Amino acid sequence: MREPILSAVTFLPVLGAVVIALLPRGRAALVRWFAFLVAVATFAVSLLLYAGFDAASADYQFPERLPWMPSFGISYHLGIDGISLLLVLLTTFLSPLALLSSWRAVQDRVKEFSITMLLLETGMLGVFVSLDLFLFYIFWEAMLIPMYLIIGVWGGPARIYAAIKFILYTLTGSVLMLVAILALYFQHGAATGTYTFDLPVLAGYVVPGGSQVWLFLAFAVAFAIKVPLFPFHTWLPDAHVEAPTAGSVILAGVLLKMGTYGFLRFCLPLFPQASLAFVPWIFLLSLVGIVYGAWVSMVQPDLKKLVAYSSVSHLGFVVLGLFTLTPQGIVGGIIQMVNHGLSTGALFLMVGILYERRHTRLIADFGGLWKTIPAFSALFMIVSLSSLGLPGLNGFVGEFLILVGAFAWASGPSAAPAAYLVPVLATSGIVFAAVYLLWMYQRVCFGEITSEANRGLADLTGREWAVLLPVLLFIVWIGVYPRPFTGMTEASVQALITQVQSKVAAAPGGR
Amino acid sequence: MPGALVPLAPLLLVAATAALVILLDLLPPRERKGHLAVVALVGVVAALLAALLLWGREGRAFGGMLVLDNFAVFLDVVICYAAALVLLLSMDYLRRNGMETGEYYILVLLATLGMMLMAQAADLIVIFLALELMSLSLYVLAGLFRGRLTSAEASMKYFLLGAFATGFFVYGIALIYGATGTTALDRIAAAAGGLQRDPLLLIGFGLLLVGFGFKISSVPFHMWVPDVYEGAPTSVTALIATGSKAAGFAALLRVLFSTFKVNQPDWTLLLLVVAVLTMTLGNVIAIAQSNLKRMLAYSSIAHVGYMLVGVVAGGALGVGSVLFYLLVYTFTTVGAFGVILLLERGRQEAVELDDYAGLAARHPVLALALALFLLSLVGMPPTAGFAGKFYLFGAAVRSGYIWLVIIAVLNSAVAAYYYLRVVVYMYMREPAGLPTRPAPSFAGRLALAVALWGVFQLGVMPAPVLDLAQAAVAPLLR
Repeated sequence: MREPILSAVTFLPVLGAVVIALLPRGRAALVRWFAFLVAVATFAVSLLLYAGFDAASADYQFPERLPWMPSFGISYHLGIDGISLLLVLLTTFLSPLALLSSWRAVQDRVKEFSITMLLLETGMLGVFVSLDLFLFYIFWEAMLIPMYLIIGVWGGPARIYAAIKFILYTLTGSVLMLVAILALYFQHGAATGTYTFDLPVLAGYVVPGGSQVWLFLAFAVAFAIKVPLFPFHTWLPDAHVEAPTAGSVILAGVLLKMGTYGFLRFCLPLFPQASLAFVPWIFLLSLVGIVYGAWVSMVQPDLKKLVAYSSVSHLGFVVLGLFTLTPQGIVGGIIQMVNHGLSTGALFLMVGILYERRHTRLIADFGGLWKTIPAFSALFMIVSLSSLGLPGLNGFVGEFLILVGAFAWASGPSAAPAAYLVPVLATSGIVFAAVYLLWMYQRVCFGEITSEANRGLADLTGREWAVLLPVLLFIVWIGVYPRPFTGMTEASVQALITQVQSKVAAAPGGR
Repeated sequence: MPGALVPLAPLLLVAATAALVILLDLLPPRERKGHLAVVALVGVVAALLAALLLWGREGRAFGGMLVLDNFAVFLDVVICYAAALVLLLSMDYLRRNGMETGEYYILVLLATLGMMLMAQAADLIVIFLALELMSLSLYVLAGLFRGRLTSAEASMKYFLLGAFATGFFVYGIALIYGATGTTALDRIAAAAGGLQRDPLLLIGFGLLLVGFGFKISSVPFHMWVPDVYEGAPTSVTALIATGSKAAGFAALLRVLFSTFKVNQPDWTLLLLVVAVLTMTLGNVIAIAQSNLKRMLAYSSIAHVGYMLVGVVAGGALGVGSVLFYLLVYTFTTVGAFGVILLLERGRQEAVELDDYAGLAARHPVLALALALFLLSLVGMPPTAGFAGKFYLFGAAVRSGYIWLVIIAVLNSAVAAYYYLRVVVYMYMREPAGLPTRPAPSFAGRLALAVALWGVFQLGVMPAPVLDLAQAAVAPLLR
């Protein structure tokens, strides 16, 4: 396996963006088709990763490594394991759909929009495939600008406020992470004599106790803002509400996963003792996020805001699963990341479809849609049920595994009796999810047609079917037969847990 | 050329070009002076190439008063880049403003000569002379648009405050001479070893720092910056912001690391405080600016703060990254001022934020260029600004100044707000009123292209240049 598939997947969108930049202005249809095809081609190439991935191995696969700044120990090091594979695929899967969904919604500066979306895709993929902390940070930061532009240029009325808030929040977190990366680099170098930003090498180093806490906190804050974990979530509703549909899909589908991915890829293996020490706090924040996000969702009058707050709740679940440090919890967390990308992505797509027709997102403006647009309503039902975790659909698999993991953690040797409160409270989040989603669905689709404007609505178009069907396919597939997805991650998750445990055991004064 | 003059080749080239331009200025044509710009540009580029050829050579001239080492070469290159880009930008700019005069090019060359002399000076007297040559030229240049009140104000303010600073500087030299009996940097260094706590020497050193603080515009000697940057012709602003800052840092670093090495713990502490104040004040006040030139003035103060972080960190990496950052900062800042200089609205230069509303829709290339320069100033990868900050802060982390770096990165996050606000105006707002148009200037666009190349070359492949910068500071640190 010597072909640089990962580089190809990562940089294909940039290549497409360069070509689009050269296309003539004013040929919107050409630009749209080309951008879409580039994204589809990227997805097609990324399928090679799935095909060639050895699920039994926990190693980084498809490795690529070139010296970049050798005097600093910085290299262009790419590779994926079972944890990143699914997220790479999720990114390449959602990107063409997001582009396709914006064909009608984005009429202004189509060329710039397509370029920005493709640059964003490269940034996101780069974050998931980098195995060098420096390279990772470059992608992590570089990705902010396209997202900032998508919200700020093509967003709603308060887009500028939302865009600035988004970038200032995330930038503050990430610059602190940069300090931590540098500190880790020099500490590792001073202790071992090898100065390197290489993640696998650094992961083999046990950071001394005191500084480990600080480094963990710096990384964790950056990731917590991205997730976003309560109380760092306030940028999210603004960003989601103002972003165009495609931006919301990518934001919810992929960007938020970078935070959870970061916890898994960096915090746990690099700072295991500190991670364990902070588990109670992280659980507390996750639980508050789960319950608070759900409660706030319930009272939202705006569909997009409702979905945005539901993300806070769902991502709380994911973080909870990851920090149980049980195989079920982590696998469930990873699957739930994918599920949330699919379900919430689809919810945003469908809210966007409604918005394109009615130019409103207020729940009160709808009602009785089942009578006028039954196909839309049916799909909306499936997606809502998937988001609330109905058995047979994807959300259930992830949430169930996470709860199993949480119970396993609570019955573990290190947990206090009160630990059972964690899974119990988390379960309440599922109940609340049912409340806000079903109540929302009821008000939007059932009942009498309250507004005359809803009578003449057109049902789904062919393009909209093409956007939604692939998502629905995976929603059902993961729900019915999750094995092809969970199976990919298990070896890597097991290896991660072993690594964390052995590092904790090896540390002086470790438990 | 006689061997003794070889170390001076870059200086001599610039001086000779200045003399040539003075002569050519007397000859016809009287109306057009564009050819003088070309001559000046050729001279500066020749000096740049000569400096590059001298890499790795060591030499002294005039009884050790001037020195050539890799440090001087690196800064000569930075200064020549700044001067060359400024000359490119000036050509059409002066004509558009009806101020195309031969004196302008002569003064730019003399200012450049002064800056390069500062980089090569090994004696306090020479530093002083170089400083004066540079400053006097810049005072006049700042007031070049004599019909504009702001330009006259800039010149006056720059001159008065600069004269004060020079006074401090000379007084410092006198005290140091009194304490050590010499003005040669290496002999002061030898004497300072035995006089570590000598009050005369310390006060003299402190006064020198005041003079340098003024030239590099660190807090609390920054008050002149916003008015001068705003009032001076934009091409001159670019030169003050880059070349004179590089020259100030050149002399400062040489004095700090090779002459007052024994006092390093003292001045490190002092500069640490100055660095924090400088970047914080610069960034916080920049937020409130609606005039782009003023905003960039405050941001330039903030960037001095970042560079002082590298000085505080010390060592080859710390000082090397200051040099690297000077180069990065030169490309980025000249580029940003260059875009401003090319744009006009009505008959006025486009300097207010409102002038930039909706620019991206009408002039996407220029808007993109300015956005990229601003992103480099923010420190976003993959631009040079990120690499520069990464090295500066990396050096400081290695030396254990974690808190300083945390303050610095939080400052960068604050700075993102006001830099990106310009992007907001260009990309997210609708234009109103008179349209903002770019001047049709090939030379200006060429300058922007070179600056953009620098921003990406140093951003994507920074390592080779950083290695050079680290090699350049070796003579200082031995």
